[in-house]
Amino acid sequence: MTLTPWFSVTLASIGISIVIAILRASLGPTAFDRVLAVNTIGTLVVLSICVYGFFDGRPEFLDIAVLYALINFIGTIAILKFFRHGTLGDHLPPEDTHNG
Amino acid sequence: MVDDVLMLVDIARQIIGVGALLLGSLAILLGAIGLLRLGDVYQRMHGAGIVDTGGAGLVLLGLLLLSPDWTVAVRIVLIGGLLIMTSPTATHAIARAARFSGVEPILSTDSKDKEG
Repeated sequence: MTLTPWFSVTLASIGISIVIAILRASLGPTAFDRVLAVNTIGTLVVLSICVYGFFDGRPEFLDIAVLYALINFIGTIAILKFFRHGTLGDHLPPEDTHNG
Repeated sequence: MVDDVLMLVDIARQIIGVGALLLGSLAILLGAIGLLRLGDVYQRMHGAGIVDTGGAGLVLLGLLLLSPDWTVAVRIVLIGGLLIMTSPTATHAIARAARFSGVEPILSTDSKDKEG
C-alpha cells in the first residue's frame, strides 16, 4: 500500500490555504492583518515542506523546515518591532526600551 | 504469530497516521477560511490559531506516525516543539501591537448590528 495519494491530498489543502492566506494578506485593512496572514503562510510553508519530503521520499527536507520555522518567528517579531518603534532596536530612545 | 501481531500494529499505525493527516488538512482549510472571513484582527487570530495548533499538530502527528526512521521522527518532534513555542508568542505579539496601536476590537453589539 502506497501512501502517496494521501500526502498529495494534504499538499493540495495546504496549497489552497496558502492561496486564501495570500488573499487575506493582500486585502487586509490594517498592517496587523497582513502580518498575521504572513505568519500563517510561514507555518503552512513549514508544513508543506515536511509533507513534500514524505511525498517525494526524501526526508532530508525536514532540516530545511526547521530553518523555515526559526526564520518565520524571527521575521514576524522583527516586522512588529519595526512597526512599533520605526527601527529594529538599534536607536531606541531610552524610555521605550522596556516595551519591546 | 508474532509476525501477525507486528503486521497488525503496522497497519494500525498507517491508518491512524493517514487519519491524522486528513484531519489536519481539514483543520488547516477551516482555519484559512476563518482567516479570510472573520471580522477584525482579533477574530482572525482565532483562525490563525486553528492553523497553528490543530492543523500543524495533527499533520505533524500523522507524519510522525508514518515516519520510516527514528532520525526523521526526531526532526518532526523538533519542528513541532518549535511551532508550539513560537506561534503563540507571535500571535501574542501581534495582538499586543494591534491593541497598543489603537485597533479597537468589534464588540458583540457592533457585530450584531453589522450581521443582522
